[in-house]
Amino acid sequence: MTTKSNAHAGHIVPLWVYLTVGGGLFILTGITVAVSFIPLGGWNVVVALGIATLKATLVALFFMHLLYDKKIFLVVFLLAILFVGIFIIFTMFDTMRRDDIYEGAGRPIKPNAAMYDRMQTAGDSTAVTHGEAHESTADTVGNEENTEH
Amino acid sequence: MSDAEGRPAYLAHHFSEAEQQRESAKLGMWIFLLTEVLLFGGLFCAYAIFRSWNPDMFYNAHKFLDVKLGALNTIVLISSSVTMALAIHNIQLGKRKISIGFLVTTLVFAAVFLTIKYFEYSHKFHVGQLPGKYYTFTGIQGDNPHIFFSVYFAMTGLHGLHVIAGMIAISWVLVKTIRNRFSPEYYTPMEMTGLYWHLVDLIWIFLFPLLYLIG
Repeated sequence: MTTKSNAHAGHIVPLWVYLTVGGGLFILTGITVAVSFIPLGGWNVVVALGIATLKATLVALFFMHLLYDKKIFLVVFLLAILFVGIFIIFTMFDTMRRDDIYEGAGRPIKPNAAMYDRMQTAGDSTAVTHGEAHESTADTVGNEENTEH
Repeated sequence: MSDAEGRPAYLAHHFSEAEQQRESAKLGMWIFLLTEVLLFGGLFCAYAIFRSWNPDMFYNAHKFLDVKLGALNTIVLISSSVTMALAIHNIQLGKRKISIGFLVTTLVFAAVFLTIKYFEYSHKFHVGQLPGKYYTFTGIQGDNPHIFFSVYFAMTGLHGLHVIAGMIAISWVLVKTIRNRFSPEYYTPMEMTGLYWHLVDLIWIFLFPLLYLIG
C-alpha cells in the first residue's frame, strides 16, 4: 500500500527546473522594465503583455504543475482565460465603437467627473485648481443642449 | 496512521484511493482559481475601458508610481513563488525540516511585499493621490486623473487582500507541517495552498506592467 500510494503522490519535478524557471522569470522582469523605457508607441503595451503572458505561462506550466498533471486542470485554467478574454474583448467592441453609431453623442463620459462640480459649489481650495476643468464641463453641457435642438 | 482495513488516516471514507482524493481536491481548487481569475477579470476589464477612454491621462498618472518599488515587489513575489514550489518539492522528498524553512521564507517574502506596498500606499495617501472624491493631488495633466488611482487602488487592494489570505493559508500549512501531518504520500493542503499562492503571483505579473510600465 505504501509503495503504491507513494507512486501516486505526484510527479516530482527536479530542483533545477524550479531554479531555471525562477531565473527566467527574473530575467523577463528585467527585460519588461527595460523595454518600457524605450518609446514604441502602441507597441509598448503589446510587448509588456506579451512578456507578462510568457511569465504567466512559465508559472502555470512549471510552478503550478500544469505541464505534468492531468490535462483537465489545464482545460479549466484555459477556460478561465477564454472567458475573461470574451468578457474584455466584447466590452471593448462596445466602448470603443459607440461613436460610430451616434456621432459625437457617444462620448464615453464628460471631460471631468461630476465631483468637480460639487467641489466648485462647495467652494473649497481644490475648486480653484479645477476651475479650468469646470469651464470645459460647462462647454460640454452646452454642446449637449445644442445637439438636442 | 492506518485503520484495520489498511486505509491511511488521511484518506476520507468516500474516496476509494488516495489518488482519487488528491485529484478531486485539485479539480476543486482549479475551479476555485477559475472564479478568482474571473473576479480579477472584472477589474482588468474596467482597466481596459478607462485606459482606452483616457490613454494620455493614464500615461501621465502612471509616472507617479515608483517603478523601482514595483519591480522590487515583482522580484519579491516571484522569489516567494520559487520558495513555495521548493517547500512542496522538499515535502515530496520527505525533507520536512527543509520544507518548513521554505514555508517560513515564503511568509517572509509575502510580508516584505506587503511592507513595500504599505510604503507606496502611505505616500499616495500623504499627497492625496486617492480614488474618486478623495483625490486632491493637482500635479497630473489630463482629465479625471482620480480614475487612474481608483483603478490602481481597486486592483492592488484586491491583490493585497489575496496576499494576506495566502499568508493565512501558508501559516495553516506551516502549523500542519510542524505537527508532522504531511508525508511524501500526503501533502494535498500544501499543494493547494501552493496553487493559490502561484495564482496571486501570476496576477501581480500582469498588474505590474499594466500599472507601472505604461509605455
